[in-house]
Amino acid sequence: MTVTPESFAQSLVFGLLVGALYGLAAAGLSLVFGVMKVLNVAHGDLLMLGGYGSFWLFTLYGVDPFVSLLIIGPALFVIGLALELALFRPLTRFDEETKIKNSLLIGFGLALVLENLAIRLWTADERGITTAYAGTVARLGAINLPLDRLGNLAVALAVIVGLHLFLTRTYLGKGIRATAEDWQAATLVGINVRRTYLIAFALGTALAGVAGTLVTVGFAVSPTIGLDWTLKALIVVVLAGLGSVFGTFVGGLLLGLGESLVTLIPNGGSYRELVGLVLFVVVLLVRPQGLFGRSR
Amino acid sequence: MLECRDLDVSYGDLQALWGVSLDVEAGEIVAMIGPNGAGKTTIMRTLAGLLTPTRGAISLEGRRVEREPGHRRVELGMALVPEGRRLFGTMTVLENLELGAYPGRARAERRGALEWVYGIFPILAERRRQLAGTLSGGQQQMVAIGRALMSRPRLLLLDEPSLGLAPVVVEAIFEVIRQINAEGVTVLLVEQNARAALRLATRGYVIENGRVVRHDRADTLLHDPNVREAYLGAVVGTAGTAVPPTVGEAPPPSPNNEGELAEPADGPPPLLGGEGGTT
Repeated sequence: MTVTPESFAQSLVFGLLVGALYGLAAAGLSLVFGVMKVLNVAHGDLLMLGGYGSFWLFTLYGVDPFVSLLIIGPALFVIGLALELALFRPLTRFDEETKIKNSLLIGFGLALVLENLAIRLWTADERGITTAYAGTVARLGAINLPLDRLGNLAVALAVIVGLHLFLTRTYLGKGIRATAEDWQAATLVGINVRRTYLIAFALGTALAGVAGTLVTVGFAVSPTIGLDWTLKALIVVVLAGLGSVFGTFVGGLLLGLGESLVTLIPNGGSYRELVGLVLFVVVLLVRPQGLFGRSR
Repeated sequence: MLECRDLDVSYGDLQALWGVSLDVEAGEIVAMIGPNGAGKTTIMRTLAGLLTPTRGAISLEGRRVEREPGHRRVELGMALVPEGRRLFGTMTVLENLELGAYPGRARAERRGALEWVYGIFPILAERRRQLAGTLSGGQQQMVAIGRALMSRPRLLLLDEPSLGLAPVVVEAIFEVIRQINAEGVTVLLVEQNARAALRLATRGYVIENGRVVRHDRADTLLHDPNVREAYLGAVVGTAGTAVPPTVGEAPPPSPNNEGELAEPADGPPPLLGGEGGTT
């Protein structure tokens, strides 16, 4: 296969469209990690839950996934509240290192439970949905723009912009950033740090749910996709660094681009999964605070 | 205003405070002096709710608060300016100040509080769009004090407000503390710069090895031979003379020397630095 300008441009477009989902998935993980210093490795499984929510709402009730967002986001927010209170809150009294270690154990446990629960409830089959507009393509010159994935990109962008505005323009959002930066100083200005943790975790879970819903538009869900998505999100968080919502989103786009462009190389498709891992290692070696992160 | 009775505080197995009792009356400026590691910062952090005492009571305006979480104590009228300032360095001066008015009541009145703080520190109005982490040390201290004032505290706790600042800035900060107090805010102050602190204060406590070893009127302490020898004596070049200098009967140096204790301001301190100082 020779690389033509058209095939290159097409790869760019597909890379960006997938990358938007990576960015959205990573935004939730980054928020939770940045604020609580807790690494929730079940993040991808919460995304999987969102995906099943979308699948069943569409299959049983014919609800369009772009409408399901309005149900699944809040539903996952509530699930996030419950998970924080039950599983992650007890970690708050530990020092940072113990907290991270224990959060990994809790996260893996939660991931296993959710994965097996999904297999029991919904079987291990891959599920996908076919909307009326699936396969509809807008053409830009020689480039195909699948409408449903364009919708994904638009929603992902809107959510990221909304999250940014929330974190930079509202008192609650600034309180979350203050807590991320220095929880003791946050306490001293009268911020209820525990409540802030609760909200940040629930928000991160809601973001996973929204990302999961978008995954069902054009991709399949199955009980085992959780770890893959956690890994993608983790790579993006390391690539982008902490502290900027847009930085995380751009990190996601870069990962999507990298994975997409590598397929232009002859037999490159088999290296697709390698791209993220190579980026992961290189960034850790060369710029450990990430592309857009603050050095400490 | 504030009453502490028999406070014991431990870091894990390590006990840092032993039966600390102190009182601050409304309208006073009270200074705590003592060597590094004596437990002064621990007392402040316990008062602010960052540490929980294993024994003892803290009352704020007659209300028991030792079990109240730190953020509640801000609402109840007490604010701490922590050692090392602990600003939100990635946010602007204005955002830092606004966060100081986070609790509900203060948030509703933040316009007026902001005017008040800008009146005290006019430079902060000019710098309000600047990131707090890029300010000079003195200006960062102003933001830290301003941020605490934004909650309209009736009791202001100041932990080492002069640390790392140039002498002329230290003087300005002390003048501001006097002014804030004149406007009705009660002040509890921890200072390495013991002479300046006792000049400002009405009463003083001497803390050593996690215990209150003396308390008296500030001018009495200023003229007490033992205190003079231990804390107001010959000034050694470095900030934070942990060990009382053994200068025997030597008279204290001229009053102008104490400014030498302060290091010149050199750039912003690490955001999470300035902990410790307590054993």
